[in-house]
Amino acid sequence: MTRGARAAEWVVLYALSIVVALAISSVIVKATGGDWWPVVEALVDGSIKAPGRWGETLGIAAPLLLVALGTVISAKAGLINIGQEGQLLMGAAFAVFFSFRIGGPGPLNVVLLLLFGALGGAVWASVAGLLRFWRGVPEVLSTLLLVFVAVQAVGYGLKWQWLLLADEASRGNRNLVSEQLAKDNRIPRPDIFGNEFPITVYVALALALAVAYVLARTVWGFRLRMLGHNPRAAQRSGVSSTVYGATALAIGGAFAGLAGAAMFAGGGFSFGNYRLVPGFSDFIGWTGLLVALMARERALPAVVAAFVFAMLRTGAGFVNSTGVESRITDVVQGLLVLALLVPPAVVFLRDRRRARAAATERV
Amino acid sequence: MLIDFFSAVGDVLSSESTYINGALFAALLAFAATGEWVAERSGTLNISVEGMLLSGAFAGALGYHLADSVVVGLVFGAFGGLIIAVVQAQMSHRLTADQFVVGLTLNILIVGLTGFLDREIDPRADRASTVEIPVLVDIPLFGQALFGEPWPFYLLYGLVPLSWWLVYRTRWGLELRAAGENPQSADVSGIDVNLRRRQSIYYAGLTSGLGGAYFLFAQIAAFDDSIIRGQGFIAIAAVIFGGWTLWGTMGGCVVFAGALSFQLSLQGLGYELNTELLQALPYLVTIGTMAIFARRVRSPAALAQPFIRGLK
Repeated sequence: MTRGARAAEWVVLYALSIVVALAISSVIVKATGGDWWPVVEALVDGSIKAPGRWGETLGIAAPLLLVALGTVISAKAGLINIGQEGQLLMGAAFAVFFSFRIGGPGPLNVVLLLLFGALGGAVWASVAGLLRFWRGVPEVLSTLLLVFVAVQAVGYGLKWQWLLLADEASRGNRNLVSEQLAKDNRIPRPDIFGNEFPITVYVALALALAVAYVLARTVWGFRLRMLGHNPRAAQRSGVSSTVYGATALAIGGAFAGLAGAAMFAGGGFSFGNYRLVPGFSDFIGWTGLLVALMARERALPAVVAAFVFAMLRTGAGFVNSTGVESRITDVVQGLLVLALLVPPAVVFLRDRRRARAAATERV
Repeated sequence: MLIDFFSAVGDVLSSESTYINGALFAALLAFAATGEWVAERSGTLNISVEGMLLSGAFAGALGYHLADSVVVGLVFGAFGGLIIAVVQAQMSHRLTADQFVVGLTLNILIVGLTGFLDREIDPRADRASTVEIPVLVDIPLFGQALFGEPWPFYLLYGLVPLSWWLVYRTRWGLELRAAGENPQSADVSGIDVNLRRRQSIYYAGLTSGLGGAYFLFAQIAAFDDSIIRGQGFIAIAAVIFGGWTLWGTMGGCVVFAGALSFQLSLQGLGYELNTELLQALPYLVTIGTMAIFARRVRSPAALAQPFIRGLK
C-alpha cells in the first residue's frame, strides 16, 4: 500500500470512529427525550461563538494541556500515573503556601510561585515513585489512592492559619478558604478581541513543543521511550528503570502541580478566583488524563485534544438551557477517547494478519 | 489526648454499628474483589472494576425503578457490570488496546454516563428486606453484622466458595490460571488465552455489578454517582494484599473495610479527632499494607501483560 493510501485510510478510520462516538452520544440524548442538534449548537456557542468564550476555553485548555503533557512523559516511561488530580491540588497548595507565607510582591514572585507549584506536584508524585521502586507497589493504585489523601491533606491545610487558611479579616464569614492573591502577583490576562486568557496558554504551548522535542530528539527522551517499550532491553543497555522511572513520575507530577499553580494564579473566575477553596481542582486533573489518553500519549496531538475537551467543558455551561443535562459532555468525552482507541488496534491486527498470510504463503 | 484516643478506640470496638458498617463495606469489596481475583489469576489487571461497581449500582436502581423488585434490581446490576466487562474485554483482549487505558476511560465514562442518566431518569430504589438467621444473629457484637443483613448479603456465602471452586477445581479454572502464569505454553497446549481472559473479565463484571447493586440496596437506596468513590480500586488493592489467594483477598477486604468503618464510627460516636486524617485513613492503610506486602507475594507471572500470539 502506498504511503498516501495509508494516510488516507487512517483519516477515514479516525473520522469514522469519531462519528460513531458522536452517534452513540446522540442516541443517548434521544433515548432520554432530548434533541441532539440544539446540544451541539449550545456546545459551539458556549465554547467559541458567544462573546468572550474562546478566551475562556483557552484558559481551561492550558491547565488541561499541562496535565496531559506530564501524563505523556510518565506514560512514555511505561508508568501509569492516574493521580494527576491530587498532584494538581498539591501543586496549587504549595503555590498558595509560598505566596502568602514566604514570597513577596512582584513579577518574580509569580515565577517562583509557579515553580513551587511544580515542586508540590513532583513531591506528591514522588511518593508514588518511592513506593513503586522501593516497595514494588503498582503506581496505578498508589497514585490514585494518593488523590484521596491529597484532598484531605489540603482540607487540613485550609483549617490552619499557619498553613493555608486566610486570616479572619480577609476571609470574612467564609471557612476553608485561602487569602486572595494580590493583583501584582497574578498571571497577566491580556484582553484580545474581547477575549481574555492568562499568558500561561503560551507557556503551555511552548512546553508542548519542548516535550515533543525532548521525547523525540534527545538521548534522555530516547532512553525514556526505550524503558517504556522494553524494560528488559533498557535495563541491559544501562537505563536504570528506577532512576528514569522515578524521574519521569516526578516530572509528570511537576506538570500537574504547575497546572494547579497556574489555575490559582491566573485562572480567574473559572477556578476559585485567585483563592484556594475545597474542590479547587474541579476535575481538571482527571480530564487532563483523558486528554493524554485521547492524544494517545503524544505531546502535539495533546494540544488539539486539550482544546476539544476545554470546548466540551465551557460549552457544557450552555447545554443546560436546551433542557438536556449538561453532564452529557462527560459522556461525549469518554466515548471519544474509547472510539479513538479502536483504529490503531484494528490496523495493527489487520497488518499482522496480512503479514502472517504472506509468511505462510512463502513456506 | 492519648487516653482520649484509647477510650475512643475502645468505644468504637465495642459498638455494634462499627461491625455492621464494616460488614457493609467488606461485602461490597468482597463482591468486587472475588471477581477481580478471578480476572487477575487469568493475567489481566482489570482496573475497570470501579466502573463495573458504579454501573451495577445504577443498573440496580434502574431495575428496581422499572419492576419494583430487589431481585430484578440485582439481575440488572449484574448485567450492568457485564456490559462494562464486555467493552473492557473486547477492547483490551480482542482489539489489543492497552488494558489500563481502556479501564481508566471506562471508569471516567461511567461516572459521566450514570450521572447523566441519573438526573434524566432519576430512578428510585428501596432498601432490601433484612433476613436474620436465628440464634446466630444473637451473638454479641458480630451477630448482627454477619447474620442480620439485607438478604443480598448472603449471596456472598455462595459466591466466594463458588469462585474458589471454579478457579481451583474445574478445567476452566486450570486453563484460566495457565493463561495467567504462562500464556505462551497455554497457547501451545491449545488454550485460547485471550478467550479465557475475556471470560474472566465477564465474571468480574457479573460479581462487581452484583456488588454495586447490593451496596445500593443494602444502604443508601438512592443512586448517586459518587457512591462508590474508589472502592473498586481498594478491591484491587485487596487482591494484591491477599497475595492473589482468595482467602487472603477476603482478609484484605475485611482489613480495608475495617479501616473505613472505624473512621465512620469514630465520627458517629462524636469523637472530635482529626477528621481529615480519619477520612484519609482507609487510603493510608491501603497504601501502607501494599508497601509491606506488594513484594512479599508472588503475583501471576503474566499479570497485566497482553498476550498476542507470535509476539513475546
